[in-house]
Amino acid sequence: MTKSEVSFKVNGTPRRLEVFPMARLLDVLREQLQLTGTKEGCGEGECGACTVIVDGRILNSCLVPVAQVHGSEIKTIEAVAGDAQLHAVQQSFIEHGGAQCGICTPGMVLAAVDLLERNPQPTESDIRTALAGNLCRCTGYMKIFESVIRAVDNSRR
Amino acid sequence: MRSFVPNYQLTTPGSLADVLSLLANEPGVWKPFAGGTDLMVLLEAGKLTHRNYINLWPLAELRGIEPTDTHVTLGALTTYTDVLENQILRREFPMLCQAASETGGLAIQNRGTLGGNIVNASPAADSPPALLAYDAEVELVSTQGSRRLPYQDFHTGYKQMLMRPDELLTRIRLPRNTTGATHYYRKVGTRKAQAISKVCFAAIGRSNDGHIEDVRMAVGSVAPIVVRCVQTEAAIKGQKPDDTTVKSAQASLLREISPIDDIRSTANYRLRVASNLLADFLATLRS
Repeated sequence: MTKSEVSFKVNGTPRRLEVFPMARLLDVLREQLQLTGTKEGCGEGECGACTVIVDGRILNSCLVPVAQVHGSEIKTIEAVAGDAQLHAVQQSFIEHGGAQCGICTPGMVLAAVDLLERNPQPTESDIRTALAGNLCRCTGYMKIFESVIRAVDNSRR
Repeated sequence: MRSFVPNYQLTTPGSLADVLSLLANEPGVWKPFAGGTDLMVLLEAGKLTHRNYINLWPLAELRGIEPTDTHVTLGALTTYTDVLENQILRREFPMLCQAASETGGLAIQNRGTLGGNIVNASPAADSPPALLAYDAEVELVSTQGSRRLPYQDFHTGYKQMLMRPDELLTRIRLPRNTTGATHYYRKVGTRKAQAISKVCFAAIGRSNDGHIEDVRMAVGSVAPIVVRCVQTEAAIKGQKPDDTTVKSAQASLLREISPIDDIRSTANYRLRVASNLLADFLATLRS
């Protein structure tokens, strides 16, 4: 089979690549664009470690062939922090022990950032639903959950 | 081991007409590829045997949820998130919304499609029980024209369906006849989120003057296909939702389903749970 050209924007930068169309978006991000903040956990859509935001929606980049993001805008964990400061969710993860081994963290942070963009004042139940697709093998779920709650509380002040 | 990606083709046609020509001109060579939430799992596992796929994702012609006075028509690429964001579906087809909210996590719901859920033909799929209980129809289109058939006739055996290689499932149509009905949907899995069902039960019914009418029910993960339980419906229809009806309906259900032991559950557990959910549905009709 032959490679074909795919264009999309990643973190605001236009990219044009020659790729095998069935290549996983996850692999293209990590191996061709050196965006290694996006992690591979299970590789089958169960764990959420490879979460990215495409056209304003979170998805599992292990389940998306790169041909399907032609023309899309992609946001990865690398673009969550501003130039000078971390995103409130990231800051809260640091302050409240939301990160342990770190493999699930980029996906957890993106899932939380996506929730707050859709719903700046989520209930505890909204937070649980938003994080339901992300697994933590360190099982630090309560710290992660509390980190998101504190990020929401901080934004209320 | 992961499949070798260069072995696969994923072509992106410009229109639905182009997709249909490709399917017609080289029958069996091309298969449609929607949100990828099932096929990419097979790719990763090295089990994706077919090689050539048509990327449907950019086709606007396969999107949209359109109501008329009598039906709601959903494009095959309607995602679970699209379902959850639609007010008519929330109001009139709550079981479909519940199925959508209990399918994977948000990242899967943003990507998985109803058409894909149907054509992937897993007996454990979450939306088919609701679609069957709502008497859905599916629309199949080819270069020869289009046809509609009742969804309950579509699946004929494990991963078998009444669809020619040159046809594409384009739409799902739901009759808007649910006003005032009781909707009962329960997915039973190992955990609340991100689980594949052990048993998935969907039923709709009405009671009139103490008697049950208009009952329709379907159960997933209990047979090679998701089963519309017509014999059990017949055992319930016109009866009072009392203990006698519960017993005869349960006896009928146990004849109509044929669960197996597998990685997720056992045949015995599934029979017991399906039977209990039926009793719970009938209790809901009573109250």
